[in-house]
Amino acid sequence: MNGLKQHYAKIIVWAILLTIPYWFTYVGGYLGLANEIVIYALAAMALNFLLGFTGVLSFGHAAFFGLGAYGTALTIKFLVPSTLVGLAVGVLTATVAGMIIGALIIKRRGVYFAMATIAFGQLFFFIANRWNSVTGGDDGVGNWHRLPINLGFAKIPLFHNSLVYYYFTLLMFALAVGAMGLLLDGPFGRSLMAIRENERRARFLGINIELHVWISFVISTAICGLAGGLLALLDNFVNPRDLRFDLSGVLVVMAVMGGMRSFWGPLLGAAIFQWLREVLSSHTPNWQTYIGIVFVLVVLFFRRGILGFKLSTVKS
Amino acid sequence: MSQLLLFNVSNGLITGAFYALMALGLSMILNLSGVINFAHGGFLTLGAYFAYVLQQRIGFFGALLIAPMMTAVLGLLVERVLIRPLYGRDPLYSLLLTFGLAFILVDGVRIIWGPGSPPYQVPEWLTSPLSATYFFLTGYRVFMVVLVVTAVAALFYVLNYTKLGLRIRAGTKDLETLSTLGVNTRILRNLNFGLGIYLAGLAGALAAGFLGLSPALGTSLLMPSFVAIIIGGLGSLLGTLLGGLLIGVAVGLTTVFYPAASEAVIYVMLGLVLVLRPRGLLGEEGRLH
Repeated sequence: MNGLKQHYAKIIVWAILLTIPYWFTYVGGYLGLANEIVIYALAAMALNFLLGFTGVLSFGHAAFFGLGAYGTALTIKFLVPSTLVGLAVGVLTATVAGMIIGALIIKRRGVYFAMATIAFGQLFFFIANRWNSVTGGDDGVGNWHRLPINLGFAKIPLFHNSLVYYYFTLLMFALAVGAMGLLLDGPFGRSLMAIRENERRARFLGINIELHVWISFVISTAICGLAGGLLALLDNFVNPRDLRFDLSGVLVVMAVMGGMRSFWGPLLGAAIFQWLREVLSSHTPNWQTYIGIVFVLVVLFFRRGILGFKLSTVKS
Repeated sequence: MSQLLLFNVSNGLITGAFYALMALGLSMILNLSGVINFAHGGFLTLGAYFAYVLQQRIGFFGALLIAPMMTAVLGLLVERVLIRPLYGRDPLYSLLLTFGLAFILVDGVRIIWGPGSPPYQVPEWLTSPLSATYFFLTGYRVFMVVLVVTAVAALFYVLNYTKLGLRIRAGTKDLETLSTLGVNTRILRNLNFGLGIYLAGLAGALAAGFLGLSPALGTSLLMPSFVAIIIGGLGSLLGTLLGGLLIGVAVGLTTVFYPAASEAVIYVMLGLVLVLRPRGLLGEEGRLH
């Protein structure tokens, strides 16, 4: 029953994502917004791999998102003019940072883990903001753009065709999300969920907690970096705001709002949040206040998230 | 050179004192309630702007006295209405809530008082240099240091020698037992939160005259305060104090030799402490697990 339901959910999600460029304008959206939603959804789902399925709270994932973005942008601008190489370097940067920081903080739990991630999260913001000669400081990295991908027999026109770029993003999204789904369905994912449910019991079962949490953290940061790289390519620009702590909170709220115990929850959360931000910021200069109110309301009334809400009514 | 060095060290010490005031409040709230109060910087900013408004009516010292209290009262209200329902739940939720609250406070300050920096008047007799060679050594700097030292001493006195302090310390160790012994832990947590916010408000009222008013004032002090808590050692308020001052001085010294890294240096220290002494300088063993 549950499996069948998940199957339907999967079909519906992919049907929407694949066709959205063709009907989104009729409901007031536009292609760029759809593309942003897919990218932020990927980041939020990556965070949720850690948050919802391993039970570890990171409040510093913006750092890895931003490292992916800067890695991609700087590589394309200064080193190798290739979209794929840039993206790969971006992901690698985020992964290496995730490995090091993960190793430093892995023994902490709960609030203390969260606090360490907050503290480290800001490091990269300061570097990006102050290392003017390379990162352009507050102005960010501009004057570069994504390049077509040459397959030998054909060229994929990523730059001049934003529809093609949307599907490129979606392909990356599918690969990353598919990988996370496979991992969660296998023994590794089961171990993660065992850690989430009861860490002590999982330890007694012989699960190496630190190693599992570390791997989960690294996977999560790598995919978050991929999302960051994709955003840089979408905008053909990065700036320090892509790795500031606000974004870390936004990613968490996306996951919570959609429902952190459900695989697709963060996608729904990202869609609602991005849409809300779009509407609010075009109507009022005080949109940050409203975003803050959204945070408070989500915590007070939507603790289980939209998808989690349905789940709990079914259960009880 | 020695002048420049001393200038930046004294700058660092004062900024460090702000970090410490802020981090002490954060630490108290974290220890007793398990809440990472992300809105702490917002409260600091609010304290600064309260002081700004008050000093036009009742003067500099009146503002310094009243503004932190007003901030603390707001803190008591926020704890009662928004944070209390979240005790006993995943710390994620209180973190998210205070995060949203930080947005509201900072943006609210911007809406009410504008994005610029309104002038904050420190009495003239306090701003004049005390010595011709060490031009930076103004009365206000000495005054700030004295006030922070007094506040911290008072805090430690309250925590160590009063009934309230005894209860707060006991609650930090084992809240449930304290509750069964007949202490109203709801009121205790409320007062503790208010006390923490009072320190933030005080830091704000002082920082207004030193760092200048701006809606982002508190946010810029918040992140180093988190680092100060971890470096000092979780669970140890003395450690937090030490961590704050240490970070301040480190930033001050780096500003002399390599200004671009003045912010990054505290993260290098954080990394070093986590590798060499994971529980922090004065942290209790076992608290991090």
